Amino acid sequence: MPRVGKQTWVFSSEPRIVATGTVAGLVESEGPFGADFDVRCRDEACKTTWEKMEQDQFTQAVQVVLQKGSVTANDIDLVLGGDLNAQLTGFYFSHRDFAIPALGLFSACATFTEALAVAGLAIDSGVAHRVLAGTSSHFSTAERHFRFPTEYGAQKPPTAQRTVTGAGVALVGETGGNVAITHATIGEIKDYGITSPWEMGAAMAPAAESTIVAHLSDTGRTLRDYDCVATGDLGRIGHAILKDLFEQRGLPMDTDLTDCGMMIFRPDQTEVFSGGSGAACSSLVTLAHFVKKLEQGEWRRVLVAATGALLSAVTAQQKETIPAICHAIVLERKDG
Amino acid sequence: MATKAKAKPLDPNATYKQLVDKHRPARPMFKNTVRAFIVGGCICVIGQLVQMFFIRVAGFSQTDAANPTVAVMILLSVILTAFGVYDKFAQWAGAGSAVPVTGFANTMAAAAMEHRSEGWVTGVGGNMFKLAGPVIVYGVVSAFFVALVRYIIFHV
Repeated sequence: MPRVGKQTWVFSSEPRIVATGTVAGLVESEGPFGADFDVRCRDEACKTTWEKMEQDQFTQAVQVVLQKGSVTANDIDLVLGGDLNAQLTGFYFSHRDFAIPALGLFSACATFTEALAVAGLAIDSGVAHRVLAGTSSHFSTAERHFRFPTEYGAQKPPTAQRTVTGAGVALVGETGGNVAITHATIGEIKDYGITSPWEMGAAMAPAAESTIVAHLSDTGRTLRDYDCVATGDLGRIGHAILKDLFEQRGLPMDTDLTDCGMMIFRPDQTEVFSGGSGAACSSLVTLAHFVKKLEQGEWRRVLVAATGALLSAVTAQQKETIPAICHAIVLERKDG
Repeated sequence: MATKAKAKPLDPNATYKQLVDKHRPARPMFKNTVRAFIVGGCICVIGQLVQMFFIRVAGFSQTDAANPTVAVMILLSVILTAFGVYDKFAQWAGAGSAVPVTGFANTMAAAAMEHRSEGWVTGVGGNMFKLAGPVIVYGVVSAFFVALVRYIIFHV
């Protein structure tokens, strides 16, 4: 049965996460998962532009994942991913030297789970045997694209979030490893009328609620069926709003409900505000932390619900409300 | 933060806007105002010292000392911006660092640095006034109307 309910895809072949490649920036490396990243960038200014830096990190993550999975680019049938730059230059430019069929995807910061969902679909349907799925983001490219020049002295409100610098890529295959992608729940677009680009958490919380509730109703599961339910990058403030939304709904909160944006930085790190955000936020935390917990057998099943705010610099200036989307995937430990 | 919010009982019929308002941390207005006052004042004191240097040591008249003083303050701001210090300082200082001439210099230097990768003409030249432009446009426009009012009062 390929689909349950209205929104949830079931991957009966249980595609595996064979290998992971994570590259993290300086502030991310000083965070709680610093030791778990494959490559930690010490010097941020080693390239001529921030955009090149981001592309370089994406390429590095691909190289690491190929090496860890003991495969070459020739063995890969499809590469899926995206980033936050216009025209997905981060993704496309960083893959131009690899001869792999490529599909760029965009759901803002929910792109990583979108890519894993499509990867699962590609493997389940048999069109691909091995797929790369990954995302990148960079603090300075996002600042320039969505906010102000990096060195501009404007005071940010406490609801702001810090865009994660780094790239995370997963090698998804038919066999290998013990972590499987079993389900994906594709989210609907939700817009609850938030207009301030400094309140991404508030803009995205309803999308997270909608997708998680749809997932539970489609699969007949409860939150208790998961060792951890993690949203993408709501930050501390968006997370608190989500908890209230669940409470209003009367949903029992009997699991470890957390958020990748809250986890990637310590609250006492400088200028992280409400937490992390960015397309790499969910990919880095999922690949460096959740997959590791599942591999070690500490957890059995995780729901990752990455959230994306679908605004552009122009729509924000035009005071449009911010629509958001959330796609969820289930990662499960399979013995044997 | 979250625990503090949790203490309030949740209204089951609260609208989404009410939920968001409940969790939005209040901007520390008092702290921000005090910091802005102190920092803005300190920047002006530094400016005053520079001006006194030009008057006492370099022998400028009070009027002539204004231009080199502003140039020194702009230079200081641009150097701090270039070393990546000004934005961190501004996050702490708020309006105190934005209002004086140093804040204006920072907007231009920051935009110029940011867009250097797009070339000298379309990058630096085209974007340097991206943030400072509105100040100039509305400064000139409001100066025109103030002058108009002044003319009407004194000459009509």
